[in-house]
Amino acid sequence: MSAAQVRSRPKKGSPRVHPLIYVAAIAITIFMLMPLWLIFIAAFSTQADVYSFPKSFVPVHFSTDTMQFFLNSPGVLPAARRSLTVGIGTLILALAIGTPAGYALARFRFPGSNLITLVILTTRSFPVLVLSIPLAVSFLTWGLYDTQQGVSLVHTAMALPTTVLITSAVFFGVPADLEEAALTLGCTKVGAFRRVALPMALPGLAAAALLTFLLSWNEVFAATILTLLNRTLPAQILNSLDGAPLTYQFAGGFMLVVPSMVFIFLIRRYLVSSWGAVTK
Amino acid sequence: MSRQVAVSAPGEVRIPRASPSLARKARQQAVAPYLLLAPTVCFLAFFVLWPMVRALLLAFQSTAGTYTSASFHTMYHDYQFMPSLKNTLILMGTIIPIEFAFSLAMALILQTGLRGRQFFLYCWTIPLAISDLASGIVWLSIFTQNGFLNSALVDLKLSQNGYAFLSYQHKLSLFFVVIVAEVWRSSSLIMLILSGGLQGIPKEYGEAADVFGASFFQRIWHVTLPTLKPSIRVALILRTIVAVQVFAVVIALTGQSLPVLGSQAYYWYVTYQNANVAAAFAAVILGISILSSAMYLTVLRTPAGVAGGGR
Amino acid sequence: MVHRRWLSWWAVTALTMLILGPWATVASSQSSQAHAHASALTLVTTQFQPITEFADFQSILASSPAPTKAVYLDAGTLTTQLTAQEQTHNVKISVIAGLHGDFPPFVAQGFLQDLTPLLKSLKSRAFPASIVKLSQYGSKTKHYYIPWMQATYVMAINKKALKYLPKGASINSLTYDQLIAWGKAMMKGTGSPKIGLPAGPTGLLARFVQGYLLPSYTHANVTQFKSAAAAKMWQKVKDLWAVTNPQSASYNFMQDPLQSGEVWVAWDHVARLINAATAQPNNFILVPAPIGPKGRGYLIVLGGMAIPKGAPDVKAAEKAITFLTTPYAQINTLDKLAFFPATGVKIPKVLPAGIRLEANAVSAQAQSKVSVPSLLPIGLGGQGGAYSKIYTDTFNRIVLNGDNIQSVLNDEGSQLQGILTQTGAACWLPDPPSHGPCHVK
Repeated sequence: MSAAQVRSRPKKGSPRVHPLIYVAAIAITIFMLMPLWLIFIAAFSTQADVYSFPKSFVPVHFSTDTMQFFLNSPGVLPAARRSLTVGIGTLILALAIGTPAGYALARFRFPGSNLITLVILTTRSFPVLVLSIPLAVSFLTWGLYDTQQGVSLVHTAMALPTTVLITSAVFFGVPADLEEAALTLGCTKVGAFRRVALPMALPGLAAAALLTFLLSWNEVFAATILTLLNRTLPAQILNSLDGAPLTYQFAGGFMLVVPSMVFIFLIRRYLVSSWGAVTK
Repeated sequence: MSRQVAVSAPGEVRIPRASPSLARKARQQAVAPYLLLAPTVCFLAFFVLWPMVRALLLAFQSTAGTYTSASFHTMYHDYQFMPSLKNTLILMGTIIPIEFAFSLAMALILQTGLRGRQFFLYCWTIPLAISDLASGIVWLSIFTQNGFLNSALVDLKLSQNGYAFLSYQHKLSLFFVVIVAEVWRSSSLIMLILSGGLQGIPKEYGEAADVFGASFFQRIWHVTLPTLKPSIRVALILRTIVAVQVFAVVIALTGQSLPVLGSQAYYWYVTYQNANVAAAFAAVILGISILSSAMYLTVLRTPAGVAGGGR
Repeated sequence: MVHRRWLSWWAVTALTMLILGPWATVASSQSSQAHAHASALTLVTTQFQPITEFADFQSILASSPAPTKAVYLDAGTLTTQLTAQEQTHNVKISVIAGLHGDFPPFVAQGFLQDLTPLLKSLKSRAFPASIVKLSQYGSKTKHYYIPWMQATYVMAINKKALKYLPKGASINSLTYDQLIAWGKAMMKGTGSPKIGLPAGPTGLLARFVQGYLLPSYTHANVTQFKSAAAAKMWQKVKDLWAVTNPQSASYNFMQDPLQSGEVWVAWDHVARLINAATAQPNNFILVPAPIGPKGRGYLIVLGGMAIPKGAPDVKAAEKAITFLTTPYAQINTLDKLAFFPATGVKIPKVLPAGIRLEANAVSAQAQSKVSVPSLLPIGLGGQGGAYSKIYTDTFNRIVLNGDNIQSVLNDEGSQLQGILTQTGAACWLPDPPSHGPCHVK
């Protein structure tokens, strides 16, 4: 089977794909999932098993003690709720502000576009840690310190460069001539955007939304510096894993991964269905 | 009225001089991108650029607040400065190409229309969900002396006591470990961006190439990569900016054995409590990021005719 | 035209949202914050970072008469937050519970209240005078913290290591030479180096050099930094490192590698070893640190509680501090968190097995005739981090990079002198007292 055939598909039934592709796909899957499997068994093992050597690759003594410690420790649920609020707030803000910017960079050629792109990128290039004193001072002055809104705003600022870049790539990928065709067929410019560009861009925008949410969900440093009592979940947990017994480190790590996995799962269905629509 | 807008290539506006209505249209076209960009720029200026300027000023100040280059002097003469600069550049130079090839392979595999594509896509995007700190914990459990990898090596009788992957003496293995962890964690992002770009390539391109008997790699090189340019540029820029700052994974896995610019900035800020020198390190990080971003923007410039992807 | 109108509407809405958004949130956040503050005061601690220990600390605080919400912050973040809060006169923290070494930046900037009246009212707690003096940070009349708890550093030994112990060596009075010989024997016997040191990024190796190695070899710390005796010591450290697990360069807390068996003999802060001892009290022994030619150098860790200026609830803060110095809180801190009382309270006979191991090691260390106690640095102001960096860097350059010992000592020694001169810090134990800034000889 020649490599060229890899892409060709019969009209009906499942596509013929070179077996080597499957081998590669499975190898990649193992590489991607193995660490998660290890974290999972470590999170549900007894302390003695976690410290043993050579270690076992399947759980020997299944134990939920450590996970229960986390789930029962005070403040975890409120923190999780806060993380969710902050994440969704960030997602909405970043997309609302960033998508038009991405569209502008993709569809218009104008003086200074590279400079503006560079300035936007610059904001992502500076270690957020070093921004912390000026930020903390401003937030205290504005009354945003220790609030979910405040964390959302900073996460939005951190996510915007990514959002802008990705949405601009997404709109680059949507052929402009389709929009033009819509215009010649009597659509207004806005209508063309809404009926043609937007639906085609949706999978990409969904991906951008997903990334924004995950950035916020996983962000620790800004959240640690700008909050005190109203911590987000990672700020509350990730910081306290250093020096904790290994089982707790794994359980804490695992606990933070699960919600994001669920989120990706939800988005994935959407991603893939839109994907199918585009490729068929 | 709108239907007469003459946009030949997106963004490239043909301005017919005669008609006043069209001239207004052109003016509007000229203002539009700035209006669309304004909120983003204002927001960033407010929340990042302004604090950043204040933080950068710190690098040029002494602890007492007078202007001086002492912080840069301290940074430059710190015996870990040169190694950390070198290590950062090495990591950038290795992680990015490896990750890029890996992600492109993943994106292309997903495009072949293999069975279970949804399953594979899901599995391959999971690491997206994992923060750098959590990823450090995961890979530490694998590479540490009594970790999973050595367990496997011992189980398979490949080694007596395992190999000290994280020993400061084994610089190559330290790099290897960090590269594996970083590739694992962030390839998903690149794959998503590239997949997004691949969707925009009409299938006819590939079919046309097939008709002309192009080999697999020829098609990748002459058809896929050029049309993917905008996505590639985005992926490269984003990834480079993150790679210059990398530190959480490096600290978790190698401690101080593999100093990088990001970890030095962190130590100066948190451990040595000297915000001025930390700001100097941050300025270097910023400088590298801006240079590389500017380079990508120039080298991977999208010619006007190609802008808009599938034509 | 539709297009243009749409654009400008959009821009106006987005900008309005941007400008008004924060204000709208201020109102809602302030009401929720007022609510939170009415019920509990905020205590920030730089200790008990591990989530399990933090839970124990919270369970102790639960009995406080002043409802207290505890938050862990690392020292760097605490500095950032408190600095910002003091600058904006908007202080949210009522109590800071940290180590002696966490407070100097705040003392230097005048962020802390003078707690002398509170200290006087707590006379019955019988704080040791030496500790009270440390809380003055060189001032004549002011006391910046109330003593909270103490700890020290010991060695943990896996019993499997005992069969490799060199002939004639006793674990309670081990010398550094014997430790090196022991390490060699273990490496030969097991095929891998079994000694461990916390030389990772947040490990306490700098304290090992400042309070253990240098005093044991030179009966001094700062003044003999680049002496011939110090150079000889560094040669020994290189020998020790040769039989130390090289992963030590990334170890922060020794209890994990001890429990996993990666190392069998390790030096660390008691609170960073205690999990190994409490989880497997039958497998581990805790012993004092080794002895050098000039005796057994050792260092006390001291924790204190301070109230920042402008704290929202000073009365409640004083109540909480008073509570944490009660015998109940002090003994529970020992029991659950392995920190010793900073008051005159009697230590009970019955203790958990791991803590008993620790108590024995600590008393063996202090009572030994050869002991060379060190104080924590005094008068370094905000330069405590830079001071420790010199020791870490010296270790890294000499031991890990293999640079020339004397030239590294000269180079780092002059940087050390720079800090001492800049801050004007006089010598502290074990260095002989000085008039004016301490001098690196």
